Amino acid sequence: MAEQKDGRVQRISHELLSRGLELAEKLVARRSSHGSRVTGHGSRKKLSAVILGHNINTNDLEELIERGADEVIAMEAAELEHFLVEPYAACMLKLIERYRPEIIIAGATSTGRTLMPYVAVKAHAGLTADCTGLDIEGETNNLLQTRPAIGGNIMAIIKTPKFRPQMSTVRPRSTKPAPRQRNRKGKIIRLVPSKEDLGSRIARMDFIANEEEQSLGEADIVVVVGRGIKRAENIPLVRELADSLGAALGASRDVIDRGWLSYPHQVGLSGHTISPKLYIGIGVSGAIQHLAGMQTSESIVAINSDADAPIFSVADFGIVGDLFEVVPVLTKQIKDGIFREK
Amino acid sequence: MRIIVAIKQVPETKSVKMDEKTGTVIREGVEAIVNPLDLYAIETAIELRETFSSLVARRTGHESRVTSHGARTCAARTENAGTSEVIGISMGPPKAVTALREAIAMGFDSGVLVSDSAFAGSDTWATSYILAEAIKRIGDFSLVICGERATDGDTGQVGPGIASFLDLPVVSYVSKIELIGGLKPTLRVNRLVEDGYEVLSCSLPCILTVVKEVSVPRLPTLRGKQRAKRTEIPVWGRDDLDVDLSKVGVNGSPTRVVKIFRPKVTRQCEKVLAKDDESIKEAVDKLAHLYLRLLCR
Repeated sequence: MAEQKDGRVQRISHELLSRGLELAEKLVARRSSHGSRVTGHGSRKKLSAVILGHNINTNDLEELIERGADEVIAMEAAELEHFLVEPYAACMLKLIERYRPEIIIAGATSTGRTLMPYVAVKAHAGLTADCTGLDIEGETNNLLQTRPAIGGNIMAIIKTPKFRPQMSTVRPRSTKPAPRQRNRKGKIIRLVPSKEDLGSRIARMDFIANEEEQSLGEADIVVVVGRGIKRAENIPLVRELADSLGAALGASRDVIDRGWLSYPHQVGLSGHTISPKLYIGIGVSGAIQHLAGMQTSESIVAINSDADAPIFSVADFGIVGDLFEVVPVLTKQIKDGIFREK
Repeated sequence: MRIIVAIKQVPETKSVKMDEKTGTVIREGVEAIVNPLDLYAIETAIELRETFSSLVARRTGHESRVTSHGARTCAARTENAGTSEVIGISMGPPKAVTALREAIAMGFDSGVLVSDSAFAGSDTWATSYILAEAIKRIGDFSLVICGERATDGDTGQVGPGIASFLDLPVVSYVSKIELIGGLKPTLRVNRLVEDGYEVLSCSLPCILTVVKEVSVPRLPTLRGKQRAKRTEIPVWGRDDLDVDLSKVGVNGSPTRVVKIFRPKVTRQCEKVLAKDDESIKEAVDKLAHLYLRLLCR
């Protein structure tokens, strides 16, 4: 289930192709006793990218093929320009009926996490949220879905033994986008949805864009500011660091509740759950609720004056020191390009 | 206007323990709380009830009174369109009744506990199904509000799932709600997405899942607590709901937990002290060398 915005295919789609390719290959490698039907390319299962939208960029659709889709099913209508749960679900259900997929994966995005449960209920399918790992069980060919629960404190492996399709939403940035292979061949199937599927009791009136350029969930690096910053006037210190790194700016709950940054910046239990390649906590003490929203990050770095701050218990690297002294030096070093050498 | 809020009792996140041998979560002896993200839904519902009452009062020229109904009589249609009430609904073990009492202490009119051993082990599909049936039994509602997700399961699937079973629209991640119009209101809501807020209008009835930004939860009052203690909370089980027992519980759930495990803790924090110019420079160099070199553009 690829995603588009303003007609352009989003990166999560390429990550999903990466997952899909892996699964398609494993499904054949471990053929089940009742025999899996082999279709399409080579000897593996067919991988289709489905995309709903309006006037979707054709090059982007071709790119989906270059990144591993055997076919692209594009359903377009003015009513599908933006995500609205009812028409999107109705179209998906038609496609499920027509193509009978074994597995459907979508991004664990605001769209995927709304659309997929709506569809799964009506399709009577098993759905697992926010997966960070997908695999195929030998013998049975069932999809094995690994996901964090209870704020990342435990991991669960879930399967759907008796129901089809098997559905998952996949955490963005939990895998790399599938590489592009020029001249890879595949089919683009353009479908027009039937009018009856396009009705919606929700209407989009307007859109208010974020003040930040980088969204928290999509950034490779997130710089998170905590209460150690002491006052709103000091936030620019951390923002400058984030900007110099091309990182998104996040904040702990304390900072949000004091009104120093707006809610979309909040990382933690009652804010965003993030897992960037690199998390940098500045003056973040690391309350359990905060850790729940970031401990699955690939690397964690913390700068805090309190050597016993709980953030260090989940960090890979910690600088124990005064952030007002350390951060300016760090920002300057980055601006001077220390990491670009060699 | 009748508002139903679906709430869940969850273990306190920091006290979650795992039985390493059996690979199951230990729930006994762990403090159970109202899902923290449900508090925003609870508050929102109470505020909407107040807004609606004042809208109606303005229209009809007299103060409309909020009456509290016992949940068992809820199915009876409220003829007085000016009446508004908030009903809490929760599915869980018998002790989850305390979550409903807390909502009543905050200002809910009544609560219904959905509890039956046959429902235990239901996944999000089956839970949505059972809750949708219970909501149908309450009936005559304008809004169902849920928290964004529960902090134990972390799925966020039950809100949209309920909507799908009820064939109603759902707006997820709602950060702001405006009630427009008097006796036949519609909603104008902001929906928090990755790159901003969608502004959506939605007809009623509908289902909303809300995020923290939507409201600031009030504390229960002493009077509220006393009222909560007195309020009788009906328990609905398999005989009270029109549910197909083959579609609930562990066996009726499409998904199955194969195993749970504790994530590998491979992190060992290398701590460096930065107290003067020299050590700060060293620390920063090390950080840059280890973590930034490969990542930056």
